[in-house]
Amino acid sequence: MEFTLTDLTHLLPIVIVAASVLVAMTIDMFTKEADKTLGWFTALSLFAAAYVSLFFVDKTGVHLSGVVASGGATNILHFVFTFGAGVVALISMEYAKKTEMRVGEYYVLVLSSVLGMMLIAAAKDLAVIFVGLEQMSISFYALAGIRRKRDKSVEASLKYFLLGAFATGFVVYGMALIYGSSGTMALDTIRYAFPDLVSQPLFVLGLALFVIGFAFKIAAVPFHMWAPDVYQGSPTPVAGLMSTVGKAAAFAALLLIFRPVFDGAENALFPFLAIVATLSMLYGAIVAIAQDDLKRMLAYSSVAHAGYMLIGFASGEATGAAGVIYYLVAYAFMNLGAFGIIAMIESAEETNLKVQDYAGLGTRAPALAALLSLFMFALSGIPPLAGFFGKYYVFIAAVEGGATWLALVGVASSAISVYFYLRVVVVMYFGKSENRMEYSVSNVSLLGVTISAMLVILLGVLPGSIIKLIESFVR
Amino acid sequence: MLTLEHFLTLSAIMFALGVIGVLTRRNAIIVFMSVELMLNSANLAFVAFATKLGDPIGQVFVFFVMAIAAAEAAVGLAIMIAVFRNKKTVNIDEINILKW
Repeated sequence: MEFTLTDLTHLLPIVIVAASVLVAMTIDMFTKEADKTLGWFTALSLFAAAYVSLFFVDKTGVHLSGVVASGGATNILHFVFTFGAGVVALISMEYAKKTEMRVGEYYVLVLSSVLGMMLIAAAKDLAVIFVGLEQMSISFYALAGIRRKRDKSVEASLKYFLLGAFATGFVVYGMALIYGSSGTMALDTIRYAFPDLVSQPLFVLGLALFVIGFAFKIAAVPFHMWAPDVYQGSPTPVAGLMSTVGKAAAFAALLLIFRPVFDGAENALFPFLAIVATLSMLYGAIVAIAQDDLKRMLAYSSVAHAGYMLIGFASGEATGAAGVIYYLVAYAFMNLGAFGIIAMIESAEETNLKVQDYAGLGTRAPALAALLSLFMFALSGIPPLAGFFGKYYVFIAAVEGGATWLALVGVASSAISVYFYLRVVVVMYFGKSENRMEYSVSNVSLLGVTISAMLVILLGVLPGSIIKLIESFVR
Repeated sequence: MLTLEHFLTLSAIMFALGVIGVLTRRNAIIVFMSVELMLNSANLAFVAFATKLGDPIGQVFVFFVMAIAAAEAAVGLAIMIAVFRNKKTVNIDEINILKW
């Protein structure tokens, strides 16, 4: 195997995160539980990796005997993973202190899950996708149950573990069939042989099993049943991490395997993708209306958002792929901001999570209420915020791909979802407050939320130049 | 004479048994064993294809799957112990504060 210094420089974002995992473990040995060193170290190394990944964005290449790629869409996704996880680290510090969580394992696992995500996005080989996926998932199983004395947390962890491992079984069996029918694990070879391979039933079956496995990971209906329980039971920053960058990583794997379809090959799975997208959008939006718990509501809303992004895949157009990446960036920061505010308002005993608990927040904490309103407006897709353009680009791709009805279902689902997002805003400003809830606003958490808010506005104000940047790297 | 089809049929049967096990059994440990059966059915398919293709990559990948399955088992069993300490059961029907 060839291994040069150029490989290491071009893979610097991955190297930084990998080294941080080891350094974080060492720091944990020498610091006390209440110490914030580890949190700051995690946040800063993730932001450093995010900065470096933008630096190499226009230098594409393959490294380590051709199994790992760098540059282009890979580095845009690396930026989302590392920056998003950096924001999570900022949000976590106050939350960890409040809930007396064990921080040593926590930050090490966050870093290790990010490393897994980066491997998925950089993969040029099915084996790398598998290793990255498992590194991310196993870290998430442990993170979900990190408050191991609390019933809800371990229950979420067990459910996530069992269904996640089940999904892994599908992914691996799908890979076996793809390998058997194409004779290779290299994604590029599969990509060029794709137009011939889609006529083989064994290959299409393998592809379908692979997509089903990842449909579990992105929580698309009918493979979504774990998501509400897991997001509700996990510690709030962890739920934020899993529902945003974790989901983005699973979409990155789908983007890799669907690459030939975006180049113009026949979209053999169109009926499957279209049905899953339709069910996810409608089911997620309708069931979210009935939810009182904010985290559970956001879980159902994330099911609906997975549906919108699947439209981009069903369209089979290159604009769809760029739209999905744009949507991933937008969705990651809208949702992270919302989870950040929930983490601040939540008490150590996991109360103050109901929508009604937010009554009167508009007068008592105007800044928090304004920020949460911004994220709710963005999630519901009101222009000119990030969420609107995310939906706009995938819907346009669907129309270009000749699936106008899918775009219409998407518009209908967005209209339904406006109700439950705006309900939160209405309750905050016009609801009667009965309980005098305690909440802890720390400057660090506020910093994380403000960064998310700025990105949500920026993505909404400059969608054209950002989508052009993404498109130029997707081709 | 054993052909590729024999191995693929066996691996498909193992995979189906694993899926049925996950969907019907209620004890978390047995559910996890069914998942392991699914992973091993994929391993069998990988080895069979690799022999047919005369390509070592499929066989090497099986080691990856085994190593990762071991890591998954370590974390999974730790989670089950945490659940058992809190609830004194690992029956997934009785683990239901969060409604399905």
